[in-house]
This record gives sequence, structure tokens and C-alpha cells, in this order.
Amino acid sequence: MQLDIRLPIGLMFAVLGALLAGFGLVADKSVFQGSLGINVNLWWGLVMLVFGVIMFLLGRRGTATARLTEESAEGKKIEEMEHRTGLEK
Amino acid sequence: MKLTYLDWIVMVVYFVFVLGIGFALKRYMKTSTDFFLSGRSIPAWITGLAFISANLGAQEVIGMGASGAKYGIMTSHFYWIGAIPAMAFVGVFMMPFYYGSRARSVPEYLKLRFDEKTRGFNAISFAVMTVLSSGISLYAMGLLLETLLGWNFSFSITIAAAVVLVYVFLGGLTSAIYNEVLQFFLIVFGFAPLVFLGLKDAGGWSGLQARLATVATANGFASGAWTESWSHLGSPQSNPMGIEWFGLAMGLGFVLSFGYWCTDFLVVQRAMAAKSMSAARRTPLIAAVPKMFFPFLVIVPGMIAIALTYKSGSSGFMLPKKPDGTFEYNMAIPLMLGHYFPTGMLGVGLTALMASFMSGMAGNVTAFNTVWTYDIYQSYINRGATDQHYLWMGRMATIFGILVSVAAAYVATRFNNIMDMLQLVFAFVNAPLLATFLLGMFWKRTTGHGAFIGLLAGTTAAAIHQGLTLPLGAHVGVKGGWFGAMHIYPSELAQAFWTAIFAWTACFVVTALVSLATRAREEKELVGLVYSLTERPKEDRLPWYERPTVLAVIVLLAAIVLNIIFW
Repeated sequence: MQLDIRLPIGLMFAVLGALLAGFGLVADKSVFQGSLGINVNLWWGLVMLVFGVIMFLLGRRGTATARLTEESAEGKKIEEMEHRTGLEK
Repeated sequence: MKLTYLDWIVMVVYFVFVLGIGFALKRYMKTSTDFFLSGRSIPAWITGLAFISANLGAQEVIGMGASGAKYGIMTSHFYWIGAIPAMAFVGVFMMPFYYGSRARSVPEYLKLRFDEKTRGFNAISFAVMTVLSSGISLYAMGLLLETLLGWNFSFSITIAAAVVLVYVFLGGLTSAIYNEVLQFFLIVFGFAPLVFLGLKDAGGWSGLQARLATVATANGFASGAWTESWSHLGSPQSNPMGIEWFGLAMGLGFVLSFGYWCTDFLVVQRAMAAKSMSAARRTPLIAAVPKMFFPFLVIVPGMIAIALTYKSGSSGFMLPKKPDGTFEYNMAIPLMLGHYFPTGMLGVGLTALMASFMSGMAGNVTAFNTVWTYDIYQSYINRGATDQHYLWMGRMATIFGILVSVAAAYVATRFNNIMDMLQLVFAFVNAPLLATFLLGMFWKRTTGHGAFIGLLAGTTAAAIHQGLTLPLGAHVGVKGGWFGAMHIYPSELAQAFWTAIFAWTACFVVTALVSLATRAREEKELVGLVYSLTERPKEDRLPWYERPTVLAVIVLLAAIVLNIIFW
């Protein structure tokens, strides 16, 4: 399977978002004095969670992948050039 | 700044993903092309975001915050004239040569276009500078974490170096690129709430403007000096940066920015990893979009910091002062993170900072291992070996590069001038290089002798200019003046811009003259390497949003609009 970049990115933000939002739900309100009384963790955590989930789902459809040189047209041309000019055996 | 278990969990999650990506990509590193060029298979939006993130080291994030506090919205010039035009130019006009020539690195393009000695000069100077740069990044990170969180310097740099080593060793350029994209999103998510909270504290944009007017008048400038980016460029005395519009436009807008974005392999490498010519050309243009809006993410917090220091908001945030009475500008962003962010969010913000240091380092290391393996090792030491041998060498170069970076970080603790010195060396080398590339790509008559001697002349001119001038209030030494200060510049930035202008001009003139005096190459050898001898890439079969020229025009117009809004 090829690794679509959106999978790890989506997963990480979903995890972080869930962590933050979860904390924001159960935390004591005094923690948010510095942030002008706003529950940043909850709101922004939810945003990150949604972003992460969307990214992950897009990744499942998979076009943003890493590919081997032998599977990409341009990569093959580079290999060919290296052999032709004697840079590599 | 106090961290709780939640912040630690956030950081651990990040490290797990970063290493996990490295491990997951190992299986795709079968050939040297996989390792150094990602198999030339990466889609444009990824290379675009990596292009911008490779450039966005934490020094930029912290430095731009500091400059935002020190100079106000004028700092955005580093982005809106210091980056966007150069990025549009490299995408539309220079990528066809970088990508189309099948060069595997910037020095290799110089070899194809000119000759070995020009390639050697560039390869060696770049390799040294990039690995030292990586060390400086590491040093700056260690210092910041020590100051902010009390973490042991050796501990933080060892962990960071080890993590970068593992993921680059395993997954090569692809790993670096994936992690750079991850870093990009972390920066956006980690910093956006800071802008929101800071603005709220300062009374919205109009409240910020009013406070900044106080800052400006308190420092002896017109009230709009911190919020208007062009209106006060008539003379060096009327703005906090100490420059006039010509020095800014030519020094920063042209020489330094084009010099960096068009020739620095660190960023160009990301475009070279793209899956097609059109993707490679679109890479810098796609990167230009977030680049345009980054001032709001990194500069505005700095402006907010200084605004609140002069006239405090409801939360009482203030910038601390150094023992000599000047502000600790570099602490603007880190302290604001600590002031406004609750635990958890703070973890995200700090992780974003660490991520930028680390991916800046990874960018330098991947550029180094490629230039070392292809341009130094393969060209001068061991040509014609097997592909697997070069792949192995790339991995060894990664280890070596990281070790040298760590050593450089320790050296930097002894000589705190090292950052300034590196900036200086970059200016000396990058500015003339731009002239070499422009003449090389757009004038078929340029010869190898011309290029090489021109580079030497440009670098020498830079050294002479630096030796004959000093910024206001500086002592003779790294800041210049070693031949006797004939001219005093109102600020360091002004001196830097003018050094760049002189270096570029000297290189340009000398390269042109020497080229005319030496034998030109056969035109058929230069096909694909020079503008007049290469077919323009065809765009008519692409939809409008994939055409590089269309995207470039849109990007430039947007940048102009931003400049007008903040005139």
C-alpha cells in the first residue's frame, strides 16, 4: 500500500483535537483565565478534530502518495539519464 | 512557563507521528532517486507546502515576531516584496531549466550549463553553509527551550538531532517533505488562536492601530510608522528599520530574495521532487499563497506584543527588557504563547515551534546529503558506482551532516556572533550567485570562465563593501568596518541590503565581460539550459488553475493588493 500523506496528518490532528476538546470539556474554568476566559481548548480542539477527520477521509481516497521511482515517469527518466551518462552502473 | 501532563502528551503524540512517518516510508527508499528526489513523484500541493515549510524555520517564526515588535508592519516587506515576486519568477521562468535539464541538484545545473569548477564552487560553499545553518537552528532551539522551559541544552539538542536523524535516514527526502507539510499545519493551528486572542486583548485591529500609534510617537516617528508599510520609506530617518525605498526594493526585493528563492537548493529541491514539469512550476506558486498570509500569523503577534507593552490590555501582557534597556524582542512570540494559551493549547504551540526548528534542520540535512553525494562524492571521488552504493552514501552523509550540525551548535554556544556571521556568509554567496544564474539562464553567451570569475568577483565585492562600512552604533568586527569605515549606514539591514546590491552588480558585470572575452559553448549543447534555446513549456492543454503563468499573475496581483491595503 502506498502512503497517502493525508492519512498521518489527518490522524494526528484528529487525535490532538480530540485530546484538547476532551480536556476543554472537563477542565476547571479557572484554567482559561489567561485566554481571556475563552475555552480555547474546546473550540479549537473541535476545529482540529474536524480538520483531521476530513484530511483522513480524503486520504483514504488516496492520490497524494509517495511512489517508488520505478513507478513514476519522471523518476524513470532520471534513472535513465544517470545510466546513460555513466554516473551510475 | 509551566507545562502539564497534557502538553507533554501533545508533544509525545507529535514525535510518535514524525518517527512513524519515517518508518512507514522506509520501504519506498529503494533507489538513490527515491532517497534524494522522492522518485520525482510528489504532487504539486505537497511540494508547494513543503517548499514554504522548508523555508519556515523557527528562526523565521521567532525572528519575524521579533521584527514585528521592533519594526511593525514594515516587516511584511520580507514577505510581500521579499518573497512573492521571487517565488513567481522561479516558478514560471527558472523551473523549466531546473526540472527540464534533469539536474538532480542546483550545483548540477551549474555543471550542465557551465563547467565543473563553477559547480564545485557552489557545491562546496552551499554544503558548508547548509550544514552550519542546520547547527545554528539546533542551537537556537536548544537556547529557546532552555530559557523558556528550563530544559537542559544538551538534552534538547540531542533528542531533536536524533529524531531528525532517524526520520531522514529512513525515509529520505520524502520523509522530510511529509514532516514539513505536517509542520505547516501545526504552525497554522498553533498560532492562529494567538493572533485571535492577542487582537481581542488589544481591542481589535483598530485598538491595535491606536496602541501602535503610541509606540511610534514614543519612539520619535510619525504615528503610522508601525502600521503603514510604504508611507514612511522616504528616508532612513522616518522609519524604525532605517532604510529608504530604493535600498529596500533592490536589496531585499530583488537581490536577497531572488538570490535565496531562485538559487538555494534547500527550497528548489522540494520543487525538483515534483511529479511533472507543470507540478514543479506550480510548486513555488502554490507556496506563495500561504506565504502571503503568513505575516498575519507571525508578524502581527509581534506587533501586538509591543502594542500591549506600551499600553496594556486587560490581561497585562508586557515584553520584558534586557539589562541594557532594550526589549527582549526575540521572546515576543514564546512569551505570548505562555501568557495566553491554556495547557494543552500551549503544548500545541510549543510543538509547532519545535516542529519548525526540526524541519528546518531536516531541510538542511536533506539538501546537504544530496549535494554531498551527487555533486561532491559522485563527481570528484567515486564516479560510476552502483546505485545502491550512492543510496548507502546518502545515508552516511545524513549521519555525518547531523553530527556536524550538533558540533556547530556547541561551537555557537561559545561564539554568539555565529548567527550574524552565517547571515553575512549567506549574503556574500547568495547575492552574486543570483547574477550567475540570471545570466546563465537568460543569456546564451555566458561562459564557464565568466561564471566562475564573476562569482569570485561578487563575493570579493561583498567582503570589500562590508569592510568599508559599518551600521550605526556597531563596533568593527563581524558587523564590518575592517578596512576602515568609510560610510555609516543607519541600520544593519540597510548595510546588508547594500552589500547584496554591490555583490550582485560586481558579479553581473564581471561575468558579462569575462564571458565576452572567452569562447562560447556550442548552441546545441545549451538546449534545455538557456531561455532562448529552449522550447517554452506548453500550457494550453492545462485547465486555467493549473497554468503556471495564470497562477503567477493571480499571486502577484494579490500581493499588490495587500501592499496597497497596508500602504
